[in-house]
Amino acid sequence: MSEVVVAGHDDHHDHGPDKGLARWLFTTNHKDIGTLYLWFSFLMFLIGGVLALVIRAELFQPGLQFVEPGFFNQMTTNHGLIMVFGAIMPGFVGLANWLVPMMVGAPDMALPRMNNLSFWILPFAFTLLISTLFMDAGGPNFGWTFYAPLSTTYAPETVTYFIFGVHMMGASSIMGSINIIATILNMRAPGMTLMKMPLFVWTWLITAYLLLAVMPVLAGAVTMMLFDIHFGTSFFNAAGGGDPVMFQHIFWFFGHPEVYIMILPAFGVVSQIIPTFSRKPLFGYDSMVYATASIAFLSFIVWAHHMFTVGMPLAGQLFFMYATMLIAIPTGVKVFNWVSTMWRGSMSFETPMLFAIAFVILFTIGGFSGLMLAITPADYQYHDTYFVVAHFHYVLVPGALFSIIAAVYYWLPKWCGRMYDESLGKLHFWLSFIGVNVTFFPQHFSGLAGMPRRIPDYALQFADFNMISSIGAFIFGFSQVFFLYIVIKTIRSGKPATDRVWEGAHGLEWTLPSPAPYHSFTHPPKVTDAEAHS
Amino acid sequence: MSRAAKKNRTPASTVGRLVLIVVGMFGFGWALIPMYNLLCEATGLGGRTGGQYTYDPASERIDRSRLVKVNFIVNTNDGMPWQFWAEKNGMRVHPGELNEAKFYVRNPTDKTMIGQAVPSVVPLTATDHFHKTECFCFTQQVLEPGEEMEMPMRFFVDADLPPNVQSVSLSYALFDITELAGSRELLKESTADILGGE
Ligand code: HEM
Ligand SMILES: [Cu+2]
Repeated sequence: MSEVVVAGHDDHHDHGPDKGLARWLFTTNHKDIGTLYLWFSFLMFLIGGVLALVIRAELFQPGLQFVEPGFFNQMTTNHGLIMVFGAIMPGFVGLANWLVPMMVGAPDMALPRMNNLSFWILPFAFTLLISTLFMDAGGPNFGWTFYAPLSTTYAPETVTYFIFGVHMMGASSIMGSINIIATILNMRAPGMTLMKMPLFVWTWLITAYLLLAVMPVLAGAVTMMLFDIHFGTSFFNAAGGGDPVMFQHIFWFFGHPEVYIMILPAFGVVSQIIPTFSRKPLFGYDSMVYATASIAFLSFIVWAHHMFTVGMPLAGQLFFMYATMLIAIPTGVKVFNWVSTMWRGSMSFETPMLFAIAFVILFTIGGFSGLMLAITPADYQYHDTYFVVAHFHYVLVPGALFSIIAAVYYWLPKWCGRMYDESLGKLHFWLSFIGVNVTFFPQHFSGLAGMPRRIPDYALQFADFNMISSIGAFIFGFSQVFFLYIVIKTIRSGKPATDRVWEGAHGLEWTLPSPAPYHSFTHPPKVTDAEAHS
Repeated sequence: MSRAAKKNRTPASTVGRLVLIVVGMFGFGWALIPMYNLLCEATGLGGRTGGQYTYDPASERIDRSRLVKVNFIVNTNDGMPWQFWAEKNGMRVHPGELNEAKFYVRNPTDKTMIGQAVPSVVPLTATDHFHKTECFCFTQQVLEPGEEMEMPMRFFVDADLPPNVQSVSLSYALFDITELAGSRELLKESTADILGGE
């Protein structure tokens, strides 16, 4: 720890942030922008959460209680869109902004001004999207997967807002990814070779490439929709010679890599946290890197597992079934490595570690249900039921979301220089853990019993499972408001944190003082074996 | 202390490459359309049948020993008010022989409308061997209010139809394209306006 060059003290040109609103509007500082992304993500998480609770309130009992079926569809659609594009993705970009420069020993992101733009597009994009909910025609109601022609021929007029919203989110993600890749490839401190980078940096590097590859395809898809809707083309309109099934191919060519975009950075976060609290280096660092890269590669050749029931030749079904199952291998390698890292470690169970361990267990359950869905003939039965809902919520909520929460607990002391309250953190963890399982576990059963997804009403035999699910959802939802309270309390009045924060933590970010100075590593740090993977 | 000097790549050149990926993938997204269509036409995936075919009685091998059942399935797409029916539900044909089937449409509404039928053939292995020499699906149908129309369709199944295929189903979905055709006209006019602009 002693040989560290502490930045910020010997800098004659050093200056702090501007005052007031201008600081946030015009900032090019990676820490400020990271903060903006994280708060934005949390706001979207709350809004998306409210929509989810509307869904769960309606499904608490069979029959129509609170909302019209049409409005219900708007809730499911916007819940999905807001959580995917507004909460999870910006949450991870926020973490990348805060952490990547500090982890590789860079003074800032490679393109600070573009960084500002990438963030500030988002509030506009989501204002556009969310405003449609208040319009007479109603918001998008065709599901987050916006299958044509439901989203073209039969869409509400507001679909154009949705299309431009998606364009803007895509532009933001693309710029963000370019920035992250350029930072990682060009701004690493001397000695920080690729194979010494922390896994969070590795996973983000690969994620950013995935984003660059698929966000343009998404942009193309929504542009085609725009043309079909307004300019009389027939990309997806069978009447004019187009093909609705083609929409699904294009969407899932984007969509499957997209689900890995939401989980690879989570793998990175967990790979940082588990070694710290196991007080052992990460088991199988190299294999983690290769597994991440293979998952990214495979994610491009499995998309049609979302489409087994549209009618595909046998050879196609078999190919996509085997390719999908293949993904379980690198994923299994990762789980094995996390468990081996914990094996015989001197473990302690602070809040970030609790969330990380829950991640490993619950994400694995999601992986198993994924494997069940990958079996083509079984998927004929499971497709479009609550079983699919259970699957992807297990990988996304206790998966992606838990990793973001774990990351906040883990690095918050570094960001704001104050420690969160450990007992409140643990309480938050247990409420979330119980809430998430009570919500989503019963959905496996209702799905296997045949309850279709995206419906406001259901047959009586599903009543018990749905009631349990709704109770869990409210527990989970309110525990996240409690999380907000914990974070604010920490920032306002937490006990001062030490520089290292966690006794087992390694990495350049921990060599900085807490809170991390506004400008860090203006002189490149020395990369020692203690602080980098070696 | 220049970090960039350490590697011979600068952020600008990295960004340049990355932008190329983005542009390339945007292009790839659009290229998926022709690629998909080529694949479907080449393999008959999605029940695609070829366009108009010319029947040459001299070169077509007729297999009188074999009878293949051809089923006709007609339906109107959601929201299409026309009546649409086939004279027969199906027929038995000898491979190589030209046949005719009659289809009918009627516009029961009080508006002039345009319809378009989209064909599809199953099984997949038959799509390459099912040929239409004349079909209403090659054109649009314009029907005045109350008008009824007979639409002959000529087709044959070639003798190379795999032996295990005993029946082939031809399905037509009839779409209301009045609006679509209207917006296409509008588009043509407005692009003509722009291109020929004052
Ligand atoms: C072992 C790994 C996985 C396998 C084998 C797998 C397999 C599948 C399959 C076959 C489906 C389609 C089910 C259907 O619609 O009938 C599906 C849906 C889905 N998966 Fe996974 N999956 C895996 C991991 C993941 C991960 C890591 C994520 C995201 C973090 C994810 C997110 C989703 C989502 C969002 C859907 C549903 C999309 C929709 O229709 O709305 N999956 N998965
Ligand atoms: Cu998938």
